[in-house]
Amino acid sequence: MSAQPRKQVNVGWIKDLHARKGLQLGLGFFFGIIFGFLLQKGGVTQYDVIIGQLLLSDFTVVKVMLSAVITGMLGVRLLNSLGLASLHPKPGSLGMNVIGGLIFGIGFGILGYCPGTIAGAVGNGYLDALFGGLVGILLGVAAFAELYPKLEGDILKKMDYRDVTLPELLHVDPWAAVFLVALLLGGVLWGLERLGL
Amino acid sequence: MEQWSPYAVGIGIGVLSWFTFLLSDKPIGASTAYVRTAGMLEKLFRGKKVGEMAYFKKFPPVVDWECMLVVGIVLGSFLSAWLSGTFRFEWVPSIWAANFGSSPLTRVLAALVGGFFIGFGSRWAGGCTSGHGISGTLQLTLSSWVSVICFFIGGVITAFFLFIFGA
Repeated sequence: MSAQPRKQVNVGWIKDLHARKGLQLGLGFFFGIIFGFLLQKGGVTQYDVIIGQLLLSDFTVVKVMLSAVITGMLGVRLLNSLGLASLHPKPGSLGMNVIGGLIFGIGFGILGYCPGTIAGAVGNGYLDALFGGLVGILLGVAAFAELYPKLEGDILKKMDYRDVTLPELLHVDPWAAVFLVALLLGGVLWGLERLGL
Repeated sequence: MEQWSPYAVGIGIGVLSWFTFLLSDKPIGASTAYVRTAGMLEKLFRGKKVGEMAYFKKFPPVVDWECMLVVGIVLGSFLSAWLSGTFRFEWVPSIWAANFGSSPLTRVLAALVGGFFIGFGSRWAGGCTSGHGISGTLQLTLSSWVSVICFFIGGVITAFFLFIFGA
């Protein structure tokens, strides 16, 4: 699909590291601790902060997300260019991402946490997250697993675009796309600060 | 410090993602951990046939990297809150209480319903605010950009609707 083949990891010791299952579980736990620590420090483990974003009165969530995307995008793309990391773009379709995204949004507006931040909310001591939201999420994914065989070959495949990335779709150089998106997102952050949000 | 600048936190999460890609070959994400957990819990009640369901063949009900990440988030957030003295048990968040009353039961029921939509929608869309919203967008994936825009469109409309008509 892409004009150029995607670059994969080509360094032996890194591949060996990825294959060590027990060590990887430990690394996942370690990365989770750092992620949770950062989420809490950013205030995004709080309902009040997330709902403030959805009510467009507190832009903390957007500021955290966009600065994470800009930073992550530059570094991960560099690692990929050097053959030190493979990319893992998710496949999708309009049927998946638009409908699923909007259903998710309904839940986002009611719950005020998402699957990652709710784990942080539980760690913060928020009991509505533990006894309400977490139970709801588990029931929701279980319901989806039940319905999956009916949805799989049908609505989830409507307007399928698989795992295409923006530079592949637009036939532009990946680095040009990275810098353009970094500039655009940086501009949004600059605009938010200018507006005093 | 109780709270850090959102930019410092965002840059920190971005740098963290470099290391998850480099050392673990994984993008940060959370929602499939709930699929696996739901599968493990269902197995307790319904036995082995759960493992034969198509969706649990795709995401087998075993503890994986992402499950460990989500457990780590709980601990990391606890450590941060505890070290800065902001850890506290709380049933009803203050903005919720100011608009919908301070009944824990109402809030927990709403969180349950909201959680259901989040769980269902995240699997329909193939990811959540972390997997699509941060890790997918930073790889410039089309599916992730479409998803995150829809998360926020749906979230903003629902929040305004709830706070205007429900409060």
